Amino acid sequence: MADETTAAVENVSVTIDGMELSVPAGTRLLDACAQAGVDVPHYCYHPGLSAPAQCRMCLVEVEKSPKLVPACVGTVAKDMVVHTESEAALKAREGVLEFYLVNHPLDCPVCDQSGECKLQDYVAAEGPAMGRSKEPKRVLGRDDFGGDVLFYADRCVMCTRCVRFMREVAQDERLTVVQRGHRAVIDTFFDEGLTGNLWADNIVDICPVGALVSKDFLHKARAWDLDRTPSICPNCTQGCNVRLETRDNQVMRIKPRPNPEVNAHWMCDFGRLNYQWINRVDRIEAPLVRDGSGRHVPMSWSEALMRLADALRGQTGGAAAVVSPFAANEDVGALRRVMEAVGGGGGVFRCEQGEEVTLPGFPELALRTDRAANVAGAELFGFSRAGGADGKGGLEGVAGHAGVLFVLGDELADAAADFGANASLFVYVGQHLSPAARNAHFVLPSTTFAEMEGTFTNVQRRVQRFWPALRAPGMSRPAWQILGVLLAGIGDAGAPGTAADAFAGLAAVRPEFGMLAWGDLGAQGAALPEAVGQAGD
Amino acid sequence: MAYPYRHDSEVRLLSEHFGNPRARTLEGWVELGGYRALRKALGMDRAEVVNVVKASGLRGRGGAGFPTGMKWSFMPKKEPGKPHFLVCNADESEPGTFKDRELMRWTPHALIEGCLIGAYAINAEHAYIYVRGEFFEAAQIMARAIEEAYAAGYIGKNILGSGIDLDITLHIGAGAYICGEETGLLNSLEGRRGEPRVKPPYPAIAGAFRYPTAVNNVESLIAAAQIVENGAEWYRQWGTEKSTGTKLFCVSGHVKRPGNYEVPLGFNFREFIYDVCGGTPGGKAIKAVIPGGSSVPILTADELDIGMDYESMAAAGTMLGCGSVIVMDEGTNVVKQVRRMVDFYAHESCGQCTPCREGTAWSAKILKRIELGRGTPDDLDTLLDISDKMTGKTICVLSDAAAAPIVSSIEKFRGDYLALMEAGDLALAGAR
Repeated sequence: MADETTAAVENVSVTIDGMELSVPAGTRLLDACAQAGVDVPHYCYHPGLSAPAQCRMCLVEVEKSPKLVPACVGTVAKDMVVHTESEAALKAREGVLEFYLVNHPLDCPVCDQSGECKLQDYVAAEGPAMGRSKEPKRVLGRDDFGGDVLFYADRCVMCTRCVRFMREVAQDERLTVVQRGHRAVIDTFFDEGLTGNLWADNIVDICPVGALVSKDFLHKARAWDLDRTPSICPNCTQGCNVRLETRDNQVMRIKPRPNPEVNAHWMCDFGRLNYQWINRVDRIEAPLVRDGSGRHVPMSWSEALMRLADALRGQTGGAAAVVSPFAANEDVGALRRVMEAVGGGGGVFRCEQGEEVTLPGFPELALRTDRAANVAGAELFGFSRAGGADGKGGLEGVAGHAGVLFVLGDELADAAADFGANASLFVYVGQHLSPAARNAHFVLPSTTFAEMEGTFTNVQRRVQRFWPALRAPGMSRPAWQILGVLLAGIGDAGAPGTAADAFAGLAAVRPEFGMLAWGDLGAQGAALPEAVGQAGD
Repeated sequence: MAYPYRHDSEVRLLSEHFGNPRARTLEGWVELGGYRALRKALGMDRAEVVNVVKASGLRGRGGAGFPTGMKWSFMPKKEPGKPHFLVCNADESEPGTFKDRELMRWTPHALIEGCLIGAYAINAEHAYIYVRGEFFEAAQIMARAIEEAYAAGYIGKNILGSGIDLDITLHIGAGAYICGEETGLLNSLEGRRGEPRVKPPYPAIAGAFRYPTAVNNVESLIAAAQIVENGAEWYRQWGTEKSTGTKLFCVSGHVKRPGNYEVPLGFNFREFIYDVCGGTPGGKAIKAVIPGGSSVPILTADELDIGMDYESMAAAGTMLGCGSVIVMDEGTNVVKQVRRMVDFYAHESCGQCTPCREGTAWSAKILKRIELGRGTPDDLDTLLDISDKMTGKTICVLSDAAAAPIVSSIEKFRGDYLALMEAGDLALAGAR
């Protein structure tokens, strides 16, 4: 496919701000400028939407063209000479910026967009030092658009990205421009506004100013106080590429990160607003080992893991496990290796399910039925689905297991009080000390995905990395590290020092992981090849 | 009712039947020689029709003055499954313009004939007439005429036994100036917001419903029909080399006999105002004249010795536009008139492009303040700078249209602005 399109298009030479470069004929001027390292200011253009060329912010001078050309719809032609910072271009853009400020409330100190606002940025970069308007400003006020979205009409620059997103991508026209001229304003069609549309918060992301803001994030943090960490949305098997935006060791919001293979520029509201669980503070902070009197005693990792290794060496009854579908590939893979070292055994995972909702304008993206990120990973490492669509039940097979019982990440909130009571050895690796977890002989605090490095395998079998965004509480560690050290203690494997080591170890259980190099995953992941010649798979 | 005013200097080709109610009916129209042009056109090759209009030098009468035959020749070759459309722009809304309204009121069949010939020429099977929403009477008359013409076989299947099917649909706008801009009109026709489109693609490539479309003014289509009937040379006997034929001029403001007058292009402007229109009531001196509709630069009384044609007007720094002459006598508050025009453009801006949406409204506010005596000289610099940033920077030319009277009035009537500033709060007392 790539060959067909590239073969037909001829490369042409263009000069942008004095830099000569060769790009395919017909390339969008804005993209060609970006290739030349020039960021042409723009509001209405967005790579995921149609280009109406109406903000007039991206006007650039093209030699031999009678008028300034909007770079968002202009295309390059042979020997074109473009000046993005000529006097005429700068004057036109300065004009647009001053026009925006005629009625803009300049309420940056209380605006959530402040610090990541394109109006602020461009006015600072090339706007007039002082506005000349002496007239009273138009005041429109604030409107609740429904869903998670608040509309501050006075901040709006009428770029219509939001209207076009709802029309073209969500394909659920709930927004429109009403009135015309300077009375034009964005409004909803119906009383319910955006309520009920799963994708509405994307308009908050693409709003270049503070006109559309998230109710959830309202006045919660300043943009410049946030740390941004590339990650993967944990809330369904789609694996949308995201940034976790954190402050004071808490996730404040989740924003999509573009990935043309997975989520384009978008993500669903379910995924982005479902982050409170990551911020839970009722965490296990130290390894707890049951002593002779049945009490849990906190101890050091080396002591706890030494005792656990000793305890495992005597076990012959086979293993059983409950794993969480939120656990990383490296975590479930390491557990599988530990289980094999003590005689093997089956295991289950439980996953909440819901209705699948596809994004019509980018149907590769959907809120998937399984509402956890690593169902594919859990299955690849031999764990099978149990329980209901509410993510509960299904523990009958393991609750009374008489051999070694592992629990990885599953809180067991719904488990019976005597869960694991028959187990010869019950090891709980997780975050929350639920009543069932208290039955464990060893309680080992592990990190959430947000506090560690690792990978998830999404519904397309794409393996994608995430990075630590939060400090792990107390002594908690990634499960792959806990189980990797344990494995070194009971077998002859070396303990993994890094997530890359842990990832390399996955090939011992699933050879197809050996065909993927850690270094090739990058920030956007890579498809997991099908295993070759693996019998009975 | 007899048509209000006539003058011997007129050459009445388009307006011959103004005031004659017989011309409104199909029967009367045929008696007066109607539909002969259509019969002749249907016997010609389509390209021949285009060529004769091209040869006549007829230029679009909607304001831009683009040659009509040339526009038709830009239509691509007909491809199967890809309809062509003719759209008649009858959304006459430029302040001061009322010629298309009269053409439709008095000679609806002339427009139907023009549409049919135009549609035939560009190989369209469907023509739309987009009538301004406020033209209630004109729309009713057009609707009645279209019905008559359908019944008599001039429109519909196999018209006049030619084997050609042509339909005409009357579409009534909802009252927006911007829908007179051809791509705004097309969006409105399609049921979208009346917002001009980014060009290219031009309507000839992607017009109504994204199919090849020619958009022509009412007056252009009626003139084209007459040209087809009488020949290119016949038409060229009037007017100048580059501005051929006759044109309807709509005169309003301070003249004794306001109304529609049809004169050959190139007619002397001063003679037109003083002789044809009778000069100002009470013989007051003329202060300013807008020659082509509110969106063209203003002329002073000293600048009237020019020809009423596209080239002479351009040489005088203004435009012929759609031929809407607004005359203002010495008692006129120019600032107030400009403010009212800019208010109009601010009201009618579609709001897509930032310079237009914000620039028109901001300029109107400044002008209002000056009108009330609260302006300062630096406001004029601001206005000129805003106008510069509104000109040539937007998708359509509404923004340019709003800026033109501001710039020309400040250039030519700066004293009027400064006088209001000096009068301060007393400006109100002198305002009218």
